[in-house]
Amino acid sequence: MSRLEDAIDAGRFVLTAELLTVDTGGVYEKFAPYEDYVDAVNATDNTSAHAHSSPLAVAIALKQLGMEPVMQLTCRDRNRLALEAELAGAALHGIENVCCLTGDDVTAGDEPEAKRVFDLDSVQLLATAQQMANGTYLSGRKIDPAPHFFLGAVENAGAPPYDYRVDRALKKVRAGARFLQLQVSFRPEQLAAFVQERLASQVALLPSICLVRSPAALRYIDEHVPGIGVPPEIVERCERAQDPEAECFEVACELADHARSLPGVAGLHLISFRREAGIARLCQRLGIPTRETRANSRPVAV
Amino acid sequence: MIAAIEAAVKKPIFGCHMCGQCVLHSTGLTCPMECPKTLRNGPCGGVRPDGHCEVKPEMRCVWVKAVERSRRLPWAHEIHDIRPPVDNRLEGTSSWVNLATGRDKQTPKGWHVAA
Repeated sequence: MSRLEDAIDAGRFVLTAELLTVDTGGVYEKFAPYEDYVDAVNATDNTSAHAHSSPLAVAIALKQLGMEPVMQLTCRDRNRLALEAELAGAALHGIENVCCLTGDDVTAGDEPEAKRVFDLDSVQLLATAQQMANGTYLSGRKIDPAPHFFLGAVENAGAPPYDYRVDRALKKVRAGARFLQLQVSFRPEQLAAFVQERLASQVALLPSICLVRSPAALRYIDEHVPGIGVPPEIVERCERAQDPEAECFEVACELADHARSLPGVAGLHLISFRREAGIARLCQRLGIPTRETRANSRPVAV
Repeated sequence: MIAAIEAAVKKPIFGCHMCGQCVLHSTGLTCPMECPKTLRNGPCGGVRPDGHCEVKPEMRCVWVKAVERSRRLPWAHEIHDIRPPVDNRLEGTSSWVNLATGRDKQTPKGWHVAA
């Protein structure tokens, strides 16, 4: 059982974080600033359709460095055979946490001429991974020993059709998802509407908090990242502030504080686009203890 | 011959892509193969605030339409079905024939998900 699964099963507040993209080196330096706080770190899969080191390779590197990985797997770049191979490879290396996503389209990236695959969708990928955990590939061919996975998915409460998003998340739960790392939301009311008892009672919900250092970065996210909107009043508030960087941090703290206060939220997923942009600082500010302290304490919400 | 007739009928009305395993019935009579990512189980997270497609901004998201339309149908709950992976061998064949023979209901041997 993975550390993340154990913490969630025990009802402890969990923290995951998104590792900055990795090409050919520097893995440890990327998570070192916050390694004491997080239960697991996501090895991303060609984020925003830009090529990087493969998520399985990064997940192995994380594991070798003593950090528990969450291997992201998207449907954009691989057909079902390749996806099953990645899952089997993950199991071979003892990687259990797998987060299954659809993936941004190739046109969001820097090689928009690439062929998009989407042989499976994220629900089908989850079901395939679950089936592998049950002991066979999609073909029905046996896997011995059957791998153990702790499966997760992503859902975006902030994208239309809004009133269908909980049902879509429930579909992912039926397919095998046990945790959901929610897409970054800068609109607390949308997150609050999404975190419903019928969902939270079945799956661990981890809203994502995005740490940026400048209002320009907020604008960039609003304009260029598919599925994430930043309300203009937040951007303006940060622009008007005497110290815009500090104000961006304040916004992240407020969003994190709101997210963790929602009944049914099991933890947070933290995303920072810069190495020193403050994941550890955010934890300290919100009074979230280190992983070790959390593990040794009773399961109470922090 | 039947495939040609089916294409002639369904392409203009539904934008049918002749996947050969039609699920229009459970997707609000909206063809999910019109989605640039060919998603069969709901919208991706990239849908724009105006309900348009991440990939083709000029097009309304197929799943925004599917969810809306399915609510007007007596079998609205079918939108929540988990649809199995596409059998790529059926592309270009008639889904009418595949429905009649039951071929469109065949799933991989290892697919054990209740709809």
